[in-house]
Amino acid sequence: MIPLSWYVIVAVAMFCIGLFGALTRKNAVAILMSVELMLNAVNINLIAFWRYLYADPAADPTRALAFVAIVFVAAAAEVAVGLALIISAYRQRNTVVAEELDLMKG
Amino acid sequence: MAIETLIWLIPLPPLLAFFAIVLFTRQNRALSHWVALAGAGLAWLASMLIFFQVIGSEDLAKHPLATAINWLPTGKTWLQVGAAVDPLTAVTLFFVAWTVLMIFIYSIGYHNYGQPKGDHDHAGLPPHGAAAKEHGHRVTVMSVEPMYSRFFALISLFAFGMYTLVVSNNLLTLFIGWEIMGLCSYLLIGFWYARPSARDAAVKAFLTTRVGDVFMLLGLAALYKITGSLNYSDIFGSTTVLMQNSGILGMTWAGLIALLLFIGTMGKSAQFPLHVWLPDAMEGPTPVSAMIHAATMVSAGIYLALRFFPLAAMGWEPGMPLTATMTVMATIGSFTALFAATIALAQNDIKKVLAYSTISQLGYMIAALGVGAYVAAAFHLLTHAFFKALLFLGSGSVIHGMEHGVLHTGEHVDPQDMTQMGGLKSKMPVTFWTFLIGGLALSGFPLVTAGFWSKDEILSGAFNGGQWVVFITLAVSALLTAFYTMRQITLTFLGAPRSKAAEHATENKWVMTLPLVVLAVFAVSAGWVGIPKGFPLLGGILPDWFAEFVGQMVRTAPEGGGEGHGSIVPLITSLVVALGGLYLGWLTYRKFGRGQSDALEKPLGALYAWLRNKYYFDELYAMIFVKPARWVAETFSYQWIDRKLIDGFLNGVARIVWWLGERLRNGFDLPVINGAGDVTAEGTREMGHWMKGMQTGRVQQYMVVAISVVVVLIAFLIYRYSG
Amino acid sequence: MPMQIFFLIIAAVTLISAAMVVTVRRMMHAALWLVLSLFGVAVLFAMLESSFYAVVQVIVYIGAIAILVIFAVMLTRHMMDDTGRQIAKNWWAALVAVVIAFGGMVVLVLSWSRFQVGPGTAPSELLLLDFGKALTAPNQFAIPFEVSSVLLLAALIGSIFIAVERKGGQK
Repeated sequence: MIPLSWYVIVAVAMFCIGLFGALTRKNAVAILMSVELMLNAVNINLIAFWRYLYADPAADPTRALAFVAIVFVAAAAEVAVGLALIISAYRQRNTVVAEELDLMKG
Repeated sequence: MAIETLIWLIPLPPLLAFFAIVLFTRQNRALSHWVALAGAGLAWLASMLIFFQVIGSEDLAKHPLATAINWLPTGKTWLQVGAAVDPLTAVTLFFVAWTVLMIFIYSIGYHNYGQPKGDHDHAGLPPHGAAAKEHGHRVTVMSVEPMYSRFFALISLFAFGMYTLVVSNNLLTLFIGWEIMGLCSYLLIGFWYARPSARDAAVKAFLTTRVGDVFMLLGLAALYKITGSLNYSDIFGSTTVLMQNSGILGMTWAGLIALLLFIGTMGKSAQFPLHVWLPDAMEGPTPVSAMIHAATMVSAGIYLALRFFPLAAMGWEPGMPLTATMTVMATIGSFTALFAATIALAQNDIKKVLAYSTISQLGYMIAALGVGAYVAAAFHLLTHAFFKALLFLGSGSVIHGMEHGVLHTGEHVDPQDMTQMGGLKSKMPVTFWTFLIGGLALSGFPLVTAGFWSKDEILSGAFNGGQWVVFITLAVSALLTAFYTMRQITLTFLGAPRSKAAEHATENKWVMTLPLVVLAVFAVSAGWVGIPKGFPLLGGILPDWFAEFVGQMVRTAPEGGGEGHGSIVPLITSLVVALGGLYLGWLTYRKFGRGQSDALEKPLGALYAWLRNKYYFDELYAMIFVKPARWVAETFSYQWIDRKLIDGFLNGVARIVWWLGERLRNGFDLPVINGAGDVTAEGTREMGHWMKGMQTGRVQQYMVVAISVVVVLIAFLIYRYSG
Repeated sequence: MPMQIFFLIIAAVTLISAAMVVTVRRMMHAALWLVLSLFGVAVLFAMLESSFYAVVQVIVYIGAIAILVIFAVMLTRHMMDDTGRQIAKNWWAALVAVVIAFGGMVVLVLSWSRFQVGPGTAPSELLLLDFGKALTAPNQFAIPFEVSSVLLLAALIGSIFIAVERKGGQK
């Protein structure tokens, strides 16, 4: 029997790895990939909770699944837009290095 | 409009005329004098209407024609002011209206309306001629007064003051009118303000009458305190309260208040010792002298005395000894009459003689009141107003004619000096005849002059009241009066001209001579309304209307015995002194030639110098009052207190404050407050500069910070709120 | 017992791939490691008896999103992506923060007793059907469903708009 906490820890670990990548990586596309990792961690979390607390009378199983669906959709949309932005910024500045996108400096 | 409302409107036209002239018509001479004349004329009309309305009323004294309004709220009651016409008011209105109107008309001519503007005339100095062509050769003619409109404005204001005083039914508005007249007197005496003598005379007049006014105010205050009102009806009805002993000098309240009010009269009517201002007041133009110092303002003092006579005589009946106040009045009145008459003997200025004559005649009236002869005093007031106004206007006419002669000949003589006149009878006939009538009235020429009737009544009143001293004093004064009057007429009009100016004097225009004629008519006929019943032969033919009408004011029987004089002595006395004095005067002076010394100089010897210099009273007052006052003002107040003490104190305060301000500024304001502000600004800028380093523009760095903070925060919260 | 071992292996694979995503230099490698990580997640979904989402994960994430990422990598390849440092200068600050966050969360998880439970009853077979009904029922999740579709539409349009090449200035 796998306790719920294991799944949660896995999700947490993946989230933290993704966070580290988002904060650290130079390449904008790499940052995007790290964000995907974070979102996936969230999904694992949600599904785990859904599975383990399914029988709880207060829980609505379809609600959890709907939530996960929304997360998927949001992730997809965000990737699309993010890549479009990267392409556009690349065109403007000829770089995808996050460090060099510092228009908000000062 | 009810007739009562008309009373309010009597003082109003002159006041409106004053404002109209001051505000609007100052530049236009004709408009100014028309406005002033309209004001005086309307007031005259209203006065005549009221007068003829009330003389037929029964019992007017008890039920005067009156209106009143509430004016000031004083606690539970109102201070009421209003107008009332009782017999005294009615006769006063009559003579005031006529004399004021005549003087207004006269002033148009006196100030040379229609003449060209002077060559070197300045406002503030009397006009002295303009060059013109007359009969082909160049002569200097009289020029128009530069301050023409101002004069009419001031006499209109003055007329307002007098009318207010006369129609008021309470002592408060009377006092207001009194003070307005005092102000106008000051302004008009000092009319030619560029002359130092005129300025000094104006100040002297104001201050001297002020002394009287102070005591008058005390009397008013006491009256208000005792009786709670200033209305005549209220005052004279509170006999019980007023008859209480005041504890001061052993007099009753009535007596004390009457004495205080009498001091006010002494000031205004120039009785000894406050007489010194009136002769100097002759510095003003002659219409002013006529109006203020003959007909109206000095009469106001007597009017006041007549008004408070019930206070002075409270508790007195004819036949009783006089009350204290009445004694004072009789003494001062008769003394003044004699005193002024003696001074008038030795004066050479035509107006000064008349000034002292006025003082003397006012003394008569006061003395009459002092012995209880109320009707006689009122009668003399009426007749004196007419003939004195006539005499003054006549003297003005003489001066005017002399000035014309002075300008014509270029001679430098004082046009007012009688010793330079003479022979004007043929040069100025109308003036001569009217002046003669006035002079005879003043002397008391029997039967045909008003002065005779009124003087006779006063002498009878004194005699029949048993007041020997008063009687003899007044009789002697009457002798002197006749003497100096005839002296004046002889020197001025009779004989031969004593100077070239007198030779070239001419009669004046109708604007000036018409008022003389009108006033002369009154000077003759005004006496016939008061012929006493007991008079031999003529008594009873004409009713003694005056005594009946005005006698209502005092509820005693007409004094001195209306139904027949006790004795014929007063009548004989007055005839003797009048005719004798006139004859002696003519006799002494008819041969007075040029450059001669006065005929009285040798007989009187040293006394003559005293008379000439008015008993040196001015010098005495100067030493006692004026010099110390000047010292206090100039040295004590100004130098010591004002400059050294007060200014020094203020300067010291200023220095301290300055020092303090400087210390605060440099010690506190600049370093601390400015510093704080600067530190704040600079500090903020530095901090901002430093913090700018945080804004790298790199999102990842922002996020690291954000995550760190979130972690810390959550840890903190969990630590706080767990378990 | 076997399930636990299986779980540990899958978890290790997922986590190690994730770590590789954030550390390798070459973007292409990172993208491929991402794909592997996503696969691991799909297996985890299957272990959690959410077969639907396991499949959806593979189709959507790996089949669409990861491909998209690979495309983006290829499009920006000639730009200095594989040279120079791949990790930012202050990577240790982020590491510290992240480690602390991870440690804190683990402590939390392990301290809550409810997380120690085992799986409850299995989901019913008809759950998917119910889910489908729920997504279109107006009093359940129809609105979020529609909104999310609008979101996708907006994202599509937006990304096209942002990325379209301006020809000679304005559009």
